[in-house]
Amino acid sequence: MDSGGRDVTDMTLRSTSVTAAEAASRSAVLKRLRLTDVVFHGLTRAAAMAVLVLLSGVIVALVIGAAPALGTFGFSFLFDESWNPVTERFGALAPIYGTLITSAIAMLIAVPVGLMIAFFLTELCPMVLRRPIGIAIELLAGIPSIIYGIWGLFIFAPFVQKYIQPPLIDTFANVPVLNSLFAGPPYGIGMATAGMILAIMVLPFVTSISRDVFDAVPPVLKEAAYGVGCTTWEVFRNVVLPFTRVGVIGGFMLGLGRALGETMAVTFVIGNAHHVSASLFAPGTTISASIANEFTEAVGDLYTSSLVALGLILFFITFIVLAIARYMLLRLQQRAG
Amino acid sequence: MANSSLAGSNPLYAGRRRRNAIAKTLAWIATAFGLGWLILILGILLFEGIGGLSLSVFTENTPPPGAAGGLMNAIVGSLIITILAVVIGTPIGILAGTYLAEYGRHDKLSSVVRFINDILLSAPSIVIGLFVYEIMVAPMGHFSGWAGAVALAVIVIPVVVRTTEDMLTLVPDTLREAAASIGLPRALMIMRIAYRAASAGIVTGILLAIARISGETAPLLFTALNNQFFSVNMNQPMPSLPVVIFQFALSPYEEWQKLAWTGALLITVTVLALSVIARSLTSARKSS
Repeated sequence: MDSGGRDVTDMTLRSTSVTAAEAASRSAVLKRLRLTDVVFHGLTRAAAMAVLVLLSGVIVALVIGAAPALGTFGFSFLFDESWNPVTERFGALAPIYGTLITSAIAMLIAVPVGLMIAFFLTELCPMVLRRPIGIAIELLAGIPSIIYGIWGLFIFAPFVQKYIQPPLIDTFANVPVLNSLFAGPPYGIGMATAGMILAIMVLPFVTSISRDVFDAVPPVLKEAAYGVGCTTWEVFRNVVLPFTRVGVIGGFMLGLGRALGETMAVTFVIGNAHHVSASLFAPGTTISASIANEFTEAVGDLYTSSLVALGLILFFITFIVLAIARYMLLRLQQRAG
Repeated sequence: MANSSLAGSNPLYAGRRRRNAIAKTLAWIATAFGLGWLILILGILLFEGIGGLSLSVFTENTPPPGAAGGLMNAIVGSLIITILAVVIGTPIGILAGTYLAEYGRHDKLSSVVRFINDILLSAPSIVIGLFVYEIMVAPMGHFSGWAGAVALAVIVIPVVVRTTEDMLTLVPDTLREAAASIGLPRALMIMRIAYRAASAGIVTGILLAIARISGETAPLLFTALNNQFFSVNMNQPMPSLPVVIFQFALSPYEEWQKLAWTGALLITVTVLALSVIARSLTSARKSS
């Protein structure tokens, strides 16, 4: 026990009495260590389980919160356009429509542009510029969405109102389908503007994931293609893209998940109108914008519950999109590893 | 030379080369377009925000409509909520990440947790706000700073889990084996060897999580709500910078809109500084 005493103990004595004391202290130390081990293992396991509990908690809380609305309106909640707090009739059609349309506009712009930037960064860009441009794109991804929102409201929406919408409305005034798609008056705010701001927000995600998967293509494959005389574009189009297809689609889905659930960037410029209108320039609403705008002001259980039901629908949609994205990225990883 | 003149005359080659040139040009344009937005957004933010930047922003509370004032209560509220969220979320995140990387690297629970964690990582933050409203605000009957902190903690956890796991996985197994061979129990091996080897990476993860939550607005809207006055009472509604920006930007008052721009500038500078610090931490580790 007493370490000072142990040093001077005679060897013959030590083998008998002190060993017993040492063994006792040793077993005490080992016991303590074993306890630490068990406790620490248990703690980490509990924390890992907490992540699962968290997700199931989110689902359970949303289902309980949404129950009154879903019980009252049933499945027709999904297909009803009306949203009337006075008569307490609520339907999710307009927000769902707005969410899908704005996300579609965002992906239509962000996917081709993001792919081309990734193509530029992996094949064309001078080596010195590769890192700084890559970092700049990633910084764009880090800017909080409320910044895009305030910028969209004060700068981008007036710009769209003045310089983008009037010419489009005039140009397509007599073209059958397009004239209802681009029908006036030019408010500036609306689904098209929200979609474009979402596109700017999603662009960095699409770009950085595409760049990462393009970088994972074995150089031998590209060199072989160059060796038989392919141009840079042909190598990209016929070797890099097919090889990384799964990962690129996974990246798109991740970006789509982001666009579907984005709140602040959209809320500022969507106009919050519960209408399903064919014109992209008309004000609309999305699921997240409705919740953000109305939740604290919602009076009555049914109103609140309807907004929670909207949240549940949003969670359901993004869950599926994100699950597909992760599954595809995982498949690419397994193939590479 | 004979070869290239042959290539030039062949319409097939000319077409391929033209397509190549077009694609390359489009790639340049796309990159300029992407970077253009970054410069435009940051430039306008700087231009609009810096004018309102003065000492009173940090020393005065948010004003009533039409009066001058600052953002002190919102800044203090944001700091308190963010710090508490990190204090609540980080330990859970680090422990869960430890389980994934050290104890259950290949077991079934881990692959499920990993998948769920990735979903939580990109889950819409407004849904997190609804969740915390349902479990805290509705039962307690009032909005509170605590609810805001919990909502942000839910966002911190998946970020920290992910980076902790990634960084611990990078620690060479020989280190673990060396520790085991001198009889160090697993828990101590993790705490004294693995954590130390991965410390820079774990700190990076925490910084990225702070960067992520310092601009989050949606989960605070109906948890911490807002407060016109200075408050450090966590059981009361608490002001925060993002929510104040949201409210002020949508208001018709010019003073409020100006303060919103200034607040936006403050948040962006904070977030960018945090990401740059986080980035330099990991790159220093890589080069050493």
